[in-house]
Amino acid sequence: MAKNSDVLLSVRNLSTHFFSREGVLRALNNVTFDIHQGETLALVGESGCGKSVTSQSILRIVPSNGRIVSGEILFKKDEKYIDLAKLDERGALIRSIRGGDIAMIFQEPMTSFSPVHTIGNQIMEAIQLHTSMNKDEARRYAIKLLKKVEMPHAEQQIDAYSFNLSGGMRQRAMIAMALACSPRLLIADEPTSALDVTIQAQVLELIAGLQENSQMSLMMITHDLGVVAQIAENVLIMYLGECMEYGSVDAIYHNPKHPYTVGLLASVPKIKTHFKEQLVPIHGNVPSLYERPSGCPFHPRCKHIINGLCDRQEAPVIEVEPRHTVKCFLYSEGKHP
Amino acid sequence: MTEPLISVRHLTRDFEITRGLSHKKIGTIRAVNDVSFSIQRGEILGMVGESGCGKTTAGRCVLRAIEPTAGEVWIRLVETEEAQNLLQFTPRQLQTVRKDMRLIFQDPYSSLNPRMTIKDILSEVLVTNGLTRSKSDTYYQVATILEKVGLSEDHMSLYPHAFSGGQRQRIAIARALISKPKFIVADEPVSALDVSIQAQILNLLLQLKSEMNLTFLFIAHNLAVIGHACDRIAVMYLGEIVEMADAAAVINSPCHPYSEALISAVPEPDPRIRKKRIPLRGEIGDFLNLPSGCVFHPRCPYVLDICRTQKPELHNINIKEDKEHWVACHFAGSLNLAGIGQ
Repeated sequence: MAKNSDVLLSVRNLSTHFFSREGVLRALNNVTFDIHQGETLALVGESGCGKSVTSQSILRIVPSNGRIVSGEILFKKDEKYIDLAKLDERGALIRSIRGGDIAMIFQEPMTSFSPVHTIGNQIMEAIQLHTSMNKDEARRYAIKLLKKVEMPHAEQQIDAYSFNLSGGMRQRAMIAMALACSPRLLIADEPTSALDVTIQAQVLELIAGLQENSQMSLMMITHDLGVVAQIAENVLIMYLGECMEYGSVDAIYHNPKHPYTVGLLASVPKIKTHFKEQLVPIHGNVPSLYERPSGCPFHPRCKHIINGLCDRQEAPVIEVEPRHTVKCFLYSEGKHP
Repeated sequence: MTEPLISVRHLTRDFEITRGLSHKKIGTIRAVNDVSFSIQRGEILGMVGESGCGKTTAGRCVLRAIEPTAGEVWIRLVETEEAQNLLQFTPRQLQTVRKDMRLIFQDPYSSLNPRMTIKDILSEVLVTNGLTRSKSDTYYQVATILEKVGLSEDHMSLYPHAFSGGQRQRIAIARALISKPKFIVADEPVSALDVSIQAQILNLLLQLKSEMNLTFLFIAHNLAVIGHACDRIAVMYLGEIVEMADAAAVINSPCHPYSEALISAVPEPDPRIRKKRIPLRGEIGDFLNLPSGCVFHPRCPYVLDICRTQKPELHNINIKEDKEHWVACHFAGSLNLAGIGQ
């Protein structure tokens, strides 16, 4: 098991809220998790669960109507921990971390590349911003990166525009750009959900291979429980801005504790031989964040609701086994459902 | 075997590619190429494939929502009647069968008019098809169908923005079913929804299917969803059906290399099963320069010389038994392909 000093990123009680005319939107509520060096952590949840806001908070790119209201984001740089939550959003330090130590790849590479610059120029810009390479060196390095992500004809494709490339190739170019400064943490926000399955398999394999060779940590944000099972070591299940359950991928899939995790797993159709086996959906709908239920946010949809408790108080975080925590009343004081 | 409800023969659809302000024609793509299949009464045929394989175009051509370039669509909506070719219907004749053949769209955010109330959206179907006698009859029918899809009478006066994605898809399903159709084309009905909602909608569709005795053409890119919901599966690649058989047969023992790769690429939601993937080289082919011979040969791991020159016919490899297994591959049956097994 990894020692404490291996922790690369430690998010402690992070709360990010958005302020609008309709009221305060509590997008993240006391989110706590660690990422160790070389670890792959998957953040899983449905729309509105705050998985994207978590990555925006870490990189300090929360939209202007939002703010980190409390909590710490400790990131290890040069053997010291820096609290990213306290940094100036536009300061030099966060700008050197953003894209340098922590890189990010997005879901839709079409909208995240500029359509009026070649992908080569955009990758070179990232390189030159963070290193002292000159233009020729940066170009050679960019070609090397494109080859590393298995882009065919890298020497020619470097002068292509993003619209010349197919979805899979754009995602490869995006990964090449993210790797430009050998980041220690890569945040991947739904990197394959816009891709076809055969292309998705290629890209996932590529990410896993790159990570193995570099000791890079990976924070994978996704709603696809299949992808998570295939690549993650640890999993954090989120619902309406809260961490519901955290554990190793094996514990989450084979010994899930939180009713939400159990429900989520039961509602995924499996390709195995279970034809026509009835799926067990979670009843009700994911509420809007403006109508966030009191107490445990999952209580209106929960089968095991304890009236007068779940709808009133915030659930405690309980360690059910080492490195497996669940935020649910069912497990307090040794109670079992 | 009984006569099918719908029988599609040699369906083809071309699109012209134009460029610039003058719309100069620079080529033609054949989005659906000589596709034939039939669907039995009460059956769900799943159509699966990656983006751009022509599955949506094929589904819409079957309903004449897009006019096919060539082919025949024989329908037999009433069991005792003769089959008729939908493509030779006059617009007036077409109008009379519209109520029996309906379409459910992928995105419930763009398929519902934001300026119409739920009651207006649903009663429009009844009025245009002449299915209502009076205002109170309309009200009764709308209330009944809302109940059926898990909503209530109270929702009638609301606008679509008041509903979540899953509820909107329920409304879209109600709109398709309110005219008591016999045949439904469901185009990616669950892929825009959250995981916990997908299961609700899938269960609802299957339940309504048996309650209302519906026949489905179910289009999706997610093999797990298709495998769960469908009786038979047709796998499409670059506008053609490459394999078509019983769902269990395709998933457990695929006979086309593309089906094998597609199945192996689906990430299994179980960390203890880390599958051996059959990696496919390259990208999905380009319609503007279709490969010679077999459309799949540039990506096929088992390619031989004959594949590059000769186009394989879609043929039935299961002649002895009654369950047909159609494959378009020169080596169908002789390759040892892996499905979902032990």
